[in-house]
Amino acid sequence: MSINQIQDEIIGEFSLLDGDMEMTVFYIMELGQKLPAMREVDKTEDNVVKGCQSKVWLTARLENGGIVFEADSNTAITKGLVSLLVRIFNHQKPEAILNAELYFMNKIGMERFIGTQRSNGFAAMIKQMKLYAFAFKTQTELAR
Amino acid sequence: MSVLTAPIDVEKIRAQFPVLHQLVNGKPLVYFDNAATNQKPQRVIDALTHYYQHDNANIHRGIHTLAERATKAYEATRLSMQNFIHARHSEEIIFTRGVTESINLVAASYGRTFLHAGDEVIISGLEHHSNIVPWQLICEERKARIKVIPVTESGELDLDAYRKLLTGKPKVVAVNHASNSLGTINPVKEIIKLAHEAGAVVLIDGAQASAHLPIDVQELDCDFYCISSHKMFGPTGTGILYGKRELLEKMPPYMGGGEMIKEVTFTKTTYNDLPYKFEAGTPNIGDVVALNEAVNFINELGKDNIVAYEHELLVYAVEKLSAIKGVKLIGTAKKKVSVQSFAIEGIHHFDIGQMLDTRGIAVRTGHHCTQPLMDRLGIEGTVRASFSVYNTKAEIDQLAEGVERIIKFLK
Repeated sequence: MSINQIQDEIIGEFSLLDGDMEMTVFYIMELGQKLPAMREVDKTEDNVVKGCQSKVWLTARLENGGIVFEADSNTAITKGLVSLLVRIFNHQKPEAILNAELYFMNKIGMERFIGTQRSNGFAAMIKQMKLYAFAFKTQTELAR
Repeated sequence: MSVLTAPIDVEKIRAQFPVLHQLVNGKPLVYFDNAATNQKPQRVIDALTHYYQHDNANIHRGIHTLAERATKAYEATRLSMQNFIHARHSEEIIFTRGVTESINLVAASYGRTFLHAGDEVIISGLEHHSNIVPWQLICEERKARIKVIPVTESGELDLDAYRKLLTGKPKVVAVNHASNSLGTINPVKEIIKLAHEAGAVVLIDGAQASAHLPIDVQELDCDFYCISSHKMFGPTGTGILYGKRELLEKMPPYMGGGEMIKEVTFTKTTYNDLPYKFEAGTPNIGDVVALNEAVNFINELGKDNIVAYEHELLVYAVEKLSAIKGVKLIGTAKKKVSVQSFAIEGIHHFDIGQMLDTRGIAVRTGHHCTQPLMDRLGIEGTVRASFSVYNTKAEIDQLAEGVERIIKFLK
């Protein structure tokens, strides 16, 4: 599925919650609980994407031309949001990630988490994923 | 002077605060972030708009009617604040942007004049960053040292340790009247008396006291006292520094500009008298004028009534929160203003705050600008509910219910 197809799928799932903020946040946390566990050895300072109140760990590797992200967070809500990003970006080509426009946040009522880098690592994490995509794209081009 | 009136009629008070009557995320707003800033009654909002609609002019030097009106209104607030904290002289009240600027003013002006290499400044482990960093800046500049009064497990200052620190003959002691993170009311009268015996001047950060505790600077005998308007129902961006006249007279200006001068030539400038010496530039006239209405609001309710009512809210909150399994209260000092910090084992404070917000409940989460205190307590942060005179027990019930739901969902 393309990045936008996955975003639309997520928007569809959240639309069942009817804009109820409490249910939306509960659902996000539930998704976070299902995120595959990250290996403890990967939770290093080097892999931290820092926010003021919550921490995110992120690793990335290239597999068959797509990027595989692994992530975790010390707060349940951020972890849930992170799991959505991993679902959207995993196995996508670096170029597609770089050019992706994330619109699902606004549609599921979570736009407040964008641009509030100070209170959670979410906005910083999107930037970091795109940086990884840029790095892998450059690496692949140089290898050619 | 605080006037004793009938006990608190909370519904009558709430009716005066337009911001409280709204839905947040579909639920009635429960505002428990009063230690950060409290809400404004209509009369303060009206005073601000009235000033701009009718009286706006630059103060003190104008000879026209509007300038006179604006000056009169601005100076009226100075007199109100003088009465509010029982200062001896009106020129001991200096308008600043708030507590942070007041502390910076004293640290820079008093510190640059009276601190020397090797001197000591005592602060406490309960301080907000704004009563830590200005002292660090000046101590670095003057090669002076900072000593810290330790905090006990319950969140109280260790006075025995303080007495020992005083044997080092510090020049300045700077502590808060009440802690923003834990609510602890510090025994400032005793702290001041002991400091004076040791030869130090004392600055009190009154940010968390102004709306919640009676303040009498003459009875306390403090040398400096700092207040922010926005934490006492007034507008943001203004506040006061109180300083004893004889000390303020010895201190050089903090900023140069208009208003603070007597005469300027290119070779020599003579400074204006107090308080204008410390009020360079056009001040925040409109907000100062509106602050007067906040003082009136508090005086009409009566500080004693406010103290009694808020204490009742605090006791109720402690009872409700401590009854929830998994909740740990943080800050259990014997004497507290209406602030309660807490944590839930295994759940991050950020998640708790976000989830409470979905139910329209506004609390603060994090380190509350007191990182050294959080380090001392061995935590990253807390959830802090801080109450005001317009809050109700029913709202505390909603907080407790919200916390219970979060625990149920996440455990």
